[in-house]
Amino acid sequence: MKSSLWLIAAALALSTALPAQAADKLKVVATFSVLGDLASEIGGDHVEVRTLVGPNGDAHTFEPSPADAKAMGGAAVLVENGLGLEGWLGRLINVSGFKGEKVIATAGVKPIAWTGAEEEEGHDHDKPEADAEAGHDHDGHDHAAHEGHSHSVDPHAWQNPLNGVLYVQNIVAGFSAADPENAAEYKAKGEELATALKAIDAKFKAEFARVPAERRKIVTSHDAFGYFADAYGIQFVAPEGVSTESEASAADVAKIIRQIKAEKITALFAENITDPRLLNQIARETGVTIGGELFSDALSPPDGPAPTYLKMFENNGAKLLAAMNAPAK
Amino acid sequence: MALYDLLFGPFIEFGFMRRALMGCLALSISGAPIGVFLVLRRMSLMGDVMAHAILPGAAIGFLLSGFSLFAMTVGGVAAGLLVALGAGAIARTTPLREDASFAAFYLVSLGLGVMIVSIKGSNIDLLHVLFGNVLALDDPSIYLIGGIATVTLLSLALIYRLLVAECFDPGFLKSVGGAGGLAHFLFLALVVLNLVGGFNALGTLMVVGLIVLPAASARFWSETVPGQIVASAIIGIVSSLVGLLVSYHAELPTSPAIILAAGAIHALSILAGRHGSFASQALRARHLRG
Repeated sequence: MKSSLWLIAAALALSTALPAQAADKLKVVATFSVLGDLASEIGGDHVEVRTLVGPNGDAHTFEPSPADAKAMGGAAVLVENGLGLEGWLGRLINVSGFKGEKVIATAGVKPIAWTGAEEEEGHDHDKPEADAEAGHDHDGHDHAAHEGHSHSVDPHAWQNPLNGVLYVQNIVAGFSAADPENAAEYKAKGEELATALKAIDAKFKAEFARVPAERRKIVTSHDAFGYFADAYGIQFVAPEGVSTESEASAADVAKIIRQIKAEKITALFAENITDPRLLNQIARETGVTIGGELFSDALSPPDGPAPTYLKMFENNGAKLLAAMNAPAK
Repeated sequence: MALYDLLFGPFIEFGFMRRALMGCLALSISGAPIGVFLVLRRMSLMGDVMAHAILPGAAIGFLLSGFSLFAMTVGGVAAGLLVALGAGAIARTTPLREDASFAAFYLVSLGLGVMIVSIKGSNIDLLHVLFGNVLALDDPSIYLIGGIATVTLLSLALIYRLLVAECFDPGFLKSVGGAGGLAHFLFLALVVLNLVGGFNALGTLMVVGLIVLPAASARFWSETVPGQIVASAIIGIVSSLVGLLVSYHAELPTSPAIILAAGAIHALSILAGRHGSFASQALRARHLRG
């Protein structure tokens, strides 16, 4: 089914491909809601952002529609996460005939391995400052390097607000290259966001440091908080594997229940993109109440608790702190 | 002590293991007669078809009201009944045979489901959502499976004789007119109900396996319908128990472990069952020669 979809996408894209920058506004395609939010914040009135994977969607398993390919063909800037998050993106770029500016938001981020251990795999990312400049590539040389080492690296880099600052810088650089006229405005917006993100980081560092280390343990349904955990010394335990696709075995669930009981973990969280039922079961068995919903891979709709990237941090941070500070059972 | 830990420890220490076992037991007992009649009526593959037909209904239920057991069950049952009734009606009024008619309906139903999901635009991995998880059976799911088992056994008691007659004289239900048609549709409705209940228990399309595999194995252990139903229920229960324990001790996913346990029992039945297996055929051949 997938291959036939691609054929349709290709045919539509070829027949209706728009010349880049046909409209007044800078046409931007962002792969998922976090990037979409950053792009519209930075671009303001000068850009028109289309987000491929919307609120509450899962960017790991996305099937683009012909309309997505069409939008991509007409876009001046593409903002992608990189680090292997959007496995479907390469083919979409090929069929859409996209020829604009490509921003890889994670350029300059020091990737961490899925296991949580530091891994020296991203050699080209070790100099954040220098690489931030090279984050937008004009001729595609950068591209292969970013897809090569994607399999064992945790792509959820946006969960650390300081990485978010790099995201912002990369997007600002990409917008400025595509639309030099408004570069000053993009830069100003970007600096505003960066300041806010650094403030969040400082606040989190102080608040999480006040929680005793043995209480900084979280059980959640999907392993997406590696960067967050790294930044604030929190230990995340997930009943399922790193991808949402694997099925938990009885042994996995038993292990987590034992661990929660033994270590008196009080923070149990659902996520907006995964099945809450297994977690409910663990909560019932351990007597721990679920501390609410964390937003990991996607923002909430505009009326939800995490409609923007900054609000996502506020929501997640507040709920995590509240649950960790709850009395142990 | 070691044996005790091996067999009972997991169920005593963990509530989720007891719940999983309970759900599987109810499904095994309820699915046994359904499976036996499906096998005897040469409708084994119909179970698979119906399972696929139910999916879009459950998907629509999920998209309309999220993780609601009620909405997903109602959607699944509605879609399943629609396919069963539609296909049955067309088979009775036109030259198209029932299997072809079933295939047509379920393919349309499947296409419709995928289409609706795409329009809605959400792309949460639907398969992951549609199915429950045998390790995550909550109270409503257990009640649902238990309720379905009760309804199934009571209804089958009502139409048991009609169904047995149909097994040995295909076309019997058609020939007796009104009551026969009703019995046929009631049976299809029970198939749909058990599949929907099974989605919640086993969490995948493999639920068809827990209904059909024990029934197909039971064929090798008894020659009477009641005997096969009892054998099928026992095989289902043993498969569930073995599957859960293997999943617990060997760290393997649970639903496939249960179905593979049923598959292993099936292989054993083909080789060494009392009636018609390789072993019994060899014995009989020697008996005749001697």
